[in-house]
Amino acid sequence: MTDPVLDVRGLRVEFPTRRGVLTAVDDISLTIGRGEILGVVGESGAGKSMTGMAILGLLEPPGRIAAGEIRLSGTRIDTLTESEMQKVRGRRIGAIFQDPLTSLNPLFRVGDQLVETIRLHTDLSKSAARARALELMREVGIPAVEERIDNYPHQFSGGMRQRIVIALALCAEPELIIADEPTTALDVSIQAQITALLKRLCRERGTAVMLVTHDMGVIAETADRVAVMYAGRLAELGAVEDVVRRPRHPYTEGLMGSIPSLRKDMDELQMIPGAMPRLNSIPQGCAFNPRCAHAGPRCRRDTPRLETTGAACWLALTGETA
Amino acid sequence: MLAFLIKRTANAAFVMLAVALLAFVIFRFFGDPVEMMVNEQATQADRAELRERLGLNDSFVTQYTRFVTNAAQGDFGISYRNQQDVMVLIGERFPATFELVLVATVISLVVGIPLGVITAVHRNSRLANALQLGSIVGVSLPSFVVGILLILGFSVSLGWLPAFGRGETVDIGWWSTGLLTPSGRAALVLPALSLSTFQITLVMRLVRAEMLETLRSDYVKFARARGVPKARVHWVHALRNCLMPVITLTGMQIGNLIAFALVTETVFQWPGMGLLFIQAVTFVDIPVMAAYLMLVSFIFVLLNTLVDVTYAWVDPRLRDDAAKAGGANG
Ligand SMILES: Nc1ncnc2c1ncn2[C@@H]1O[C@H](COP(=O)(O)OP(=O)(O)O)[C@@H](O)[C@H]1O
Ligand code: SF4
Ligand SMILES: [Mg+2]
Repeated sequence: MTDPVLDVRGLRVEFPTRRGVLTAVDDISLTIGRGEILGVVGESGAGKSMTGMAILGLLEPPGRIAAGEIRLSGTRIDTLTESEMQKVRGRRIGAIFQDPLTSLNPLFRVGDQLVETIRLHTDLSKSAARARALELMREVGIPAVEERIDNYPHQFSGGMRQRIVIALALCAEPELIIADEPTTALDVSIQAQITALLKRLCRERGTAVMLVTHDMGVIAETADRVAVMYAGRLAELGAVEDVVRRPRHPYTEGLMGSIPSLRKDMDELQMIPGAMPRLNSIPQGCAFNPRCAHAGPRCRRDTPRLETTGAACWLALTGETA
Repeated sequence: MLAFLIKRTANAAFVMLAVALLAFVIFRFFGDPVEMMVNEQATQADRAELRERLGLNDSFVTQYTRFVTNAAQGDFGISYRNQQDVMVLIGERFPATFELVLVATVISLVVGIPLGVITAVHRNSRLANALQLGSIVGVSLPSFVVGILLILGFSVSLGWLPAFGRGETVDIGWWSTGLLTPSGRAALVLPALSLSTFQITLVMRLVRAEMLETLRSDYVKFARARGVPKARVHWVHALRNCLMPVITLTGMQIGNLIAFALVTETVFQWPGMGLLFIQAVTFVDIPVMAAYLMLVSFIFVLLNTLVDVTYAWVDPRLRDDAAKAGGANG
């Protein structure tokens, strides 16, 4: 069996603070295969972005990886030096962030930002890199590229800017793309276009994608598998059809039950009473137990874990919570 | 934009009229100009005749109007002390002050910008903390103390650099420059350093504050995610976004530097406008004092107006209008 493109095992991200160590990501294990799209969902603050930044090696100090291993096509990348990691970022892992309005440097022409990225990761000459930039811009669906390449970011709309961000992520044909809520900041009318574009480009290239989103509809339409995160931990991981149709974790069930149309922002959810705990007050045992209708003594004592698929829930794992 | 220009120019003109009023009052009522100009043997009739000729019997408004009209044409009268045209005197001294301020400004940028970047990028490091502390010393040390310390260190103890004067100068037209001779350049080092200390810390602190803000921005994180090396992200991508306020500050501060140069020029006996002014004060040479006041104020007002106009020009809202005209759509 070949190695998965991304293999994260037991990842823990901590923030030492004056009032103790906060664990933002706790024991996350997941894999993404070639050409596979893994959706990652969870309420805001669940640790989705932290996981992505940890994989990119871009945690802001004092945040740090406290435990676990991250492998990219079989090689450890969490132990690389900064200069080695610079050759991974942009080259082997592309990134797309939430807000296209702020992802591009306002003082540089979009073409210069593309050429810069291409030349960082390839041996192309300036003119060859410019030709490649034009080709990429065309590929992501920007009209009149010859005129547009020398424009500044503010001369593009949000949707167009996110297309350029996608082109930047694809510059070096990376094995993996981490897309952190790539459409959340966009107009609803163009969200679907951007998601479809991302999906098509990655499918064509066999790129693995970690797609972080709030939108269960996007997951259902785009992802192959889905990981549900809660309070820094994995609640459930499985094939999209299974998780959507037969959720096994009470939290996921709550999410799905409250999404009749599968097209709702998860922040608006009012179905599950209570709120996700703050990092400094995560309850013992299952982090979801204060909000769970099935919680039993065991849930308040021991932390349920999930191995590769399934739900991190005593009820699902053992059929009882006593 | 046009309305703004007119408003801003009117504003500037008003400020200059107010300064002119102040200068005029000093000129007219601090001591009697006639007493200053005539010699002891002059008769009462001579004095009355001179008073009439100078227009000193006219009404206040007439005299003020005449003062403003003359000043606008660069005519500030004759120096009481050496009977020379005041504008000629100032013209002779202006290049010295200008070169001092120019070099001090360049030093403040060349030193202040990198220090600002370093203290922002390596915040909390020992080096950054030391530099921060140093900058507090830099803003709080009076400029003449810095000057005296520099003289003690580099001229008296080490004997490397001259402590006073301007060295040899070369005339290019009416402009006498010290930048083209070795002794002129050597003489410029200590005064320029002394004048720039405060400015260095100002630039450093501004760049640091701007960088801290910029380093948090998405495009900096995204540049790192694209694989751009850290140093390039800091010194190219982030720094460029911090330069606009630095340029503004530098522009605004040139007026301050010219004013501060007064102290530096006195400490280093630098033959600029500031020294001329100090000497004028000693001899109660009112026309020179009035002209200096008017000129320095004029430079202040001019720079402020230019900066304001430039700001309106690059206002993001104007840019956004341009974006709409560019016809971008999703
Ligand atoms: N610098 C920091 N120090 C301490 N906690 C942080 C810091 N940055 C983020 N966090 C916390 O880490 C948690 C995970 O955040 P994040 O990964 O951004 O969530 P998500 O992307 O799922 O919305 C949040 O609870 C957030 O408050
Ligand atoms: S482990 Fe217990 S508390 Fe947690 S989700 Fe399952 S049943 Fe609910
Ligand atoms: Mg996030």
